[in-house]
Amino acid sequence: MPKRQDLESILIIGSGPIVIGQACEFDYSGTQACKALKEEGYKVILVNSNPATIMTDPEIADRTYVEPITPEAVAKVIEKERPSAILPTLGGQTGLNTAIQLADQGVLARFGVQMIGASPDVIHKAEDRERFREAMRRIGLRVPDSVIVNSLGEARDAVERLGFPVIVRPSFTLGGTGGGIAYNLQELEEICAQGLELSLIHEVMLEESVIGWKEFELEVMRDAKDNCVIICSIENLDPMGVHTGDSITVAPAQTLTDREYQKMRDAAIAIMREIGVDTGGSNVQFAINPRNGDMVVIEMNPRVSRSSALASKATGFPIAKIAAKLAVGYTLDEIPNDITKETMASFEPTIDYCVVKVPRWTFEKFPETEDLLTTAMKSVGETMAIGRTFKEALQKGLRSLEIGRFGLCFDKKAPDIGVHTDLDREEVIKRLRTPNSKRIFYIPIAMSLGFSIDEIYRHTHIDPWFLYQIKQIMDMGQEAMAKGSECLREERLYELKRHGFSDVQIAHFAGSTTDEVRKRRQGLSIRPVYKLVDTCAAEFEAYTPYYYSTYEVEDEARHTSGKKVMILGGGPNRIGQGIEFDYCCCHASFALREEGIESIMVNSNPETVSTDYDTSDKLYFEPLTFEDVMHIVEKEEPDGVILQFGGQTPLNLSGELARAGVPILGTPPESIDRAEDRKSFQKMLQKLGLKQPANDTAFTLEEALTICDEIGYPVVVRPSYVLGGRAMRIVYDRDDLKDFMQEAVEVSHGHPVLIDKFLEDAIEVDVDAISDGTLTVIGGIMEHIEEAGIHSGDSACVLPPRTLTEDMIQEIMAATKSMSKELGVVGLMNVQYAIKDNELFVLEVNPRASRTVPFVSKATGVPLAKLATKVMLGKGLDELGFTKEVFPRHVSVKESVFPFRRFPGVDPVLGPEMKSTGEVMGIDESFGIAFYKSQLAAGMVLPTEGKALFSIRPKDKEAILPVAAKLSELGFTILATEGTANYFNSHGLKARTVFKVSEGRPNIVDLMMNGEIDLVFNTPSGRKKTRSDAYFLRRTALEFEIPYFTTVAGAKAACEAISALKKGEMLVRPLQDYYKMA
Amino acid sequence: MKALIAFEDGKVFEGHSFTGPGEAVGEVVFNTAMTGYQEVLTDPSYKGQIVTMTYPLIGNYGVNSEDIESSTIHLEAFVIREYEAEYSNWRAEESLREYLVRHGVLGIHQVDTRAITRHIRLKGAMKAVISTDVSDPATLVEKARLAPGLEGRDLVKEVTTKNPYTWKDDRPLDVVVSKRMADVGPPPKGTIRVACIDCGLKYNQLRIFTKKGVEPIVFPCTVTPDEILAVSPHGCFVSNGPGDPAALPYIVDTVKSLLGKLPIFGICLGHQILGQALGASTYKLKFGHHGANQPVKDLSTGKIEITSQNHGFAVDQSALGEDVRVTHINLNDNTVEGIEAPDISAFSVQYHPENAPGPHDSEYLFDRFLKKIRSFWE
Repeated sequence: MPKRQDLESILIIGSGPIVIGQACEFDYSGTQACKALKEEGYKVILVNSNPATIMTDPEIADRTYVEPITPEAVAKVIEKERPSAILPTLGGQTGLNTAIQLADQGVLARFGVQMIGASPDVIHKAEDRERFREAMRRIGLRVPDSVIVNSLGEARDAVERLGFPVIVRPSFTLGGTGGGIAYNLQELEEICAQGLELSLIHEVMLEESVIGWKEFELEVMRDAKDNCVIICSIENLDPMGVHTGDSITVAPAQTLTDREYQKMRDAAIAIMREIGVDTGGSNVQFAINPRNGDMVVIEMNPRVSRSSALASKATGFPIAKIAAKLAVGYTLDEIPNDITKETMASFEPTIDYCVVKVPRWTFEKFPETEDLLTTAMKSVGETMAIGRTFKEALQKGLRSLEIGRFGLCFDKKAPDIGVHTDLDREEVIKRLRTPNSKRIFYIPIAMSLGFSIDEIYRHTHIDPWFLYQIKQIMDMGQEAMAKGSECLREERLYELKRHGFSDVQIAHFAGSTTDEVRKRRQGLSIRPVYKLVDTCAAEFEAYTPYYYSTYEVEDEARHTSGKKVMILGGGPNRIGQGIEFDYCCCHASFALREEGIESIMVNSNPETVSTDYDTSDKLYFEPLTFEDVMHIVEKEEPDGVILQFGGQTPLNLSGELARAGVPILGTPPESIDRAEDRKSFQKMLQKLGLKQPANDTAFTLEEALTICDEIGYPVVVRPSYVLGGRAMRIVYDRDDLKDFMQEAVEVSHGHPVLIDKFLEDAIEVDVDAISDGTLTVIGGIMEHIEEAGIHSGDSACVLPPRTLTEDMIQEIMAATKSMSKELGVVGLMNVQYAIKDNELFVLEVNPRASRTVPFVSKATGVPLAKLATKVMLGKGLDELGFTKEVFPRHVSVKESVFPFRRFPGVDPVLGPEMKSTGEVMGIDESFGIAFYKSQLAAGMVLPTEGKALFSIRPKDKEAILPVAAKLSELGFTILATEGTANYFNSHGLKARTVFKVSEGRPNIVDLMMNGEIDLVFNTPSGRKKTRSDAYFLRRTALEFEIPYFTTVAGAKAACEAISALKKGEMLVRPLQDYYKMA
Repeated sequence: MKALIAFEDGKVFEGHSFTGPGEAVGEVVFNTAMTGYQEVLTDPSYKGQIVTMTYPLIGNYGVNSEDIESSTIHLEAFVIREYEAEYSNWRAEESLREYLVRHGVLGIHQVDTRAITRHIRLKGAMKAVISTDVSDPATLVEKARLAPGLEGRDLVKEVTTKNPYTWKDDRPLDVVVSKRMADVGPPPKGTIRVACIDCGLKYNQLRIFTKKGVEPIVFPCTVTPDEILAVSPHGCFVSNGPGDPAALPYIVDTVKSLLGKLPIFGICLGHQILGQALGASTYKLKFGHHGANQPVKDLSTGKIEITSQNHGFAVDQSALGEDVRVTHINLNDNTVEGIEAPDISAFSVQYHPENAPGPHDSEYLFDRFLKKIRSFWE
């Protein structure tokens, strides 16, 4: 069937900010869909609140609304744009839920918008647990026995039939939020209460436990003619009981015979038909009883998903792109397979390698929470590795994780074989039995301690096939260890490389250095070859150069002779390093294409746009370690390498790569070092006449005490050589310092502890600039909403700045330009400033792409990363036509999004250590509405009436008074804890006193739980106390979704937003229109 | 144990035997199915061929006594990237190594199978010799060159059954058939009896027939039309099998004389035989279709089925009579995948609707055959 002619414009809803369970895979799928539909001549209208996405680049869709993804905001877009259709299945659960709400509210009907891909009824049928069970029964498939409950009482009754353990799954949430496994009545009540709260329809399902069963997923596609194909099968290494997003997964399925696989395939297709997904991709999860092969259906997602992104990268079959084309009427046999060109999309990919996905967790950021994996997803990112064997792929996957590991053990990192001589069996059993982020490393450790495969299976229920594979790695490693330098003999060395061992591991075996191992290999010509990911196991010629490395005979890498530049990506998403850097890498690639230079992308993150085979001229899906990168450099001999765009991961390699003679484009690595080294940085600032907060370094507590007495409290204390603000603390007095210094000294491992004067209540400013070596142009100046002391990645900010004087702006620009010149920046540069008492202090300079580049580009319409790439290639800014700062008339607010709800027990308070997973942007002509939109987009609905609660530390009381007064004037009832209430009352503002938790009942938390409080303002006192009154207040606000602000500046902004909202309506406008006005 | 794989064009690959010493000669083909190695091993159509699996990890789920397509292994040698000695599956009974050794078949691993696949794709299917004993590549290449190819070779006689049999309790059951049908008796009332010409048939064809209530009676390939008609079948099925379809004039003649007398259904080699009986000729493909992901379009419904395929020859449609039409085509290369002579209720497909290994999309063809039988006898 040809494409539909009756549709003119199509609305796509994105997935919003990066959160756990919904990461940049939906930027990948959404971008593909937008491009595919545009290619077909449809007008594409996009709504997505996440500015760091490629899909919100103004060229991708025709009308790009960076607006909150709520039914109200999207309804406004619909009213304005009148799209012919909405395609709900490409924006993750958020996009799907919003589309369903619009359908249920009658918005789609009112404006005559057709839902394509999947109808509302189909979505309900797939998502509504009871209807889904009913549907499965009709087609003779078994689902785990389960009971739907809407209250705790019902839950208690249900569990009498189902028994413990029982799985709790809330309906209509993403990534299994609020779900869990209850082993007893108390846990049941806890998990159910949370699940009911999080479910959009206040419903949870209690399910018969199939914990320990084998878990599989199939990715299915269907077209309008009912043709169904399976794109990929995936087998989870971690059995049922661990969320699939937290499982190590393998493609294709490894332990099913053809009969069993085909039975599953038949079931997946039958489900697709019964649920009635008209066109597009879906994902079906199955569990199989390892004892007898009993199969149950776990769930089905009638949309593209994290797994479909993985399946696309694992096979080379672009599921989202094809799904978009199917949605507008094409059939599978009408869509060509891009990779083979001569064949069509109507086939099932077959692969001739093994793919392993490993999740990336960040438990270290949330020490209050236990490192424990359950049915609720906790990982923030993932990495994918391709090898010709499982062993090779697993080791590549583990060394791609950016956790300092270089394979499966044998790298002298904890935990490792032989390192923990004090580990007893009980401890190991505990690590095996309770799924956790390090369990994979404890398997070989257990083996080395004499645990049998059977024993390990009993504790983990990980299929013996995987355990045998791990045992082979372990055996090989132990043998090499025992033989020492003998492992450098040619045959032995080649065998080790074939099993995925890295040079770091081999150096450990041989008692040698990685450098020597490398030289040895070079001498013996032991180097990897590159093979193609081609959807068809080489049956047809592949045209897209999508490569992975392996140790084999034949090398398929194509030699190209033109000018080429290699871009190093950012690896797995984690807190501190997310989609923003992938965005920059993609732009580098686009810029290279525009310049007619071959682009070569290297990355290991399957969720990203950068690892779409369409993005660059060549794609190497490889770990970003020195060894792996050098192999590609040697193969490709690029004219330049860009590593300033991929965040910390590639930057960490800059020294080694530079020493190896790799041509690094842009700002020289020495300048990056110079900005990072405290001494030389200080010297530079002195030379330029710029100030920085008083600072010093200390090795001991005594030294620290002396220094702090000298520069005065409060101070920022942090260990050196840690990233993302790890173990960084603001210290207010001597006692506090004594508490913290010990920890800081420990973490520093013999390096000095850094102490800076903390500029209290200073305004923090972020600046992104671009320089061609002679001319520097400021890309954007962002004023933080929260005061200095909150990690810049967690702070909300506004562009253009709103409280800075024109003189200060000029001073900031001048300072930035002088530092850029001094450092010889060629490319991007980010500077963080603090302004205290109208004095400018430089906090930090990073001559590389920063997290804020995409936000600045979206706010100003200037593609900074692209320009920077061209500058790095030697073009001048004047040549590129960017010589003057852009100061937009509209206001853009960036707000951060936090994963606190995922981590029970964590205090949701902001500090110097970054905790956010993603960001949103609010854009409007006024600051108030722009801020309101940013809060709404981040999931916080500011009220326009009701009760506002204040619990404010003494030093902030004066500053908060006008906020309370304004809210009172706007009609809010003011409640406050005793001290705050007394202050307000004595200053003529009527406030009702409420109890703190420790003061009696009913207290603040009771009121919040009862829905009697609509807005919370709480500024934490300096001393870090856990389980304080304030903790309960913040945590309750979080759990009950009551908007809360923990800084005075945040409170002021919220007040302004509420005030603006009461005055006028929130309007929506596409980026394209904003840019026209600028 | 080190092994060499020497192609007739001089290309030599290295590997290791995981089944002990041995030597094998055959035409090398690659199979792209990711599951189903046991079915591939026992498929008689691979007689005369060395099979390399493109999926690198083989042996994962062991071997069981159920997933067999014939009573033994037919291919000449099995070449893979990595043999998995430790298997895991609730139905597994022994390891792949034990199974191969028990059947005296050479298994080679640690081979760059993707390189072999690409070599075949570029140069076409070729003869090769595998040896663990001879370490001189030139000798082996010469040997490969001199080995007989598939073209013009009747391999069907080597794999066909000696005695007629039927299918009961998931296994063959010998039956006595003579010129007089009395020996097997008439088909039980209401049961459809199908005479199957065994050119190397796969058990799953019989499993599906019996599942659908059919009584199959399997004959050796040398069966005569009279012998078939003597058992009063309602239809005739011509199975898949190895070798060159052009080397089987005697089966083509048998089928030709049954045209119009019985509804006929052919699969794979059976399709090529029916094609010849209907006037077409066959030709050798460059490297054939061997896998479980081949898209085929049913031209009458426009629907696509993902099919299991295993053939190196194809039917040339140009000589087909006017009363014969092409019903299915391969969407990858547009080759003929199915033909039908509607007037005489004869049809056939190039692919394997009985799957094993592969998707179940095409099982409907068995129903189509039964429907034709019913209307033929009405």
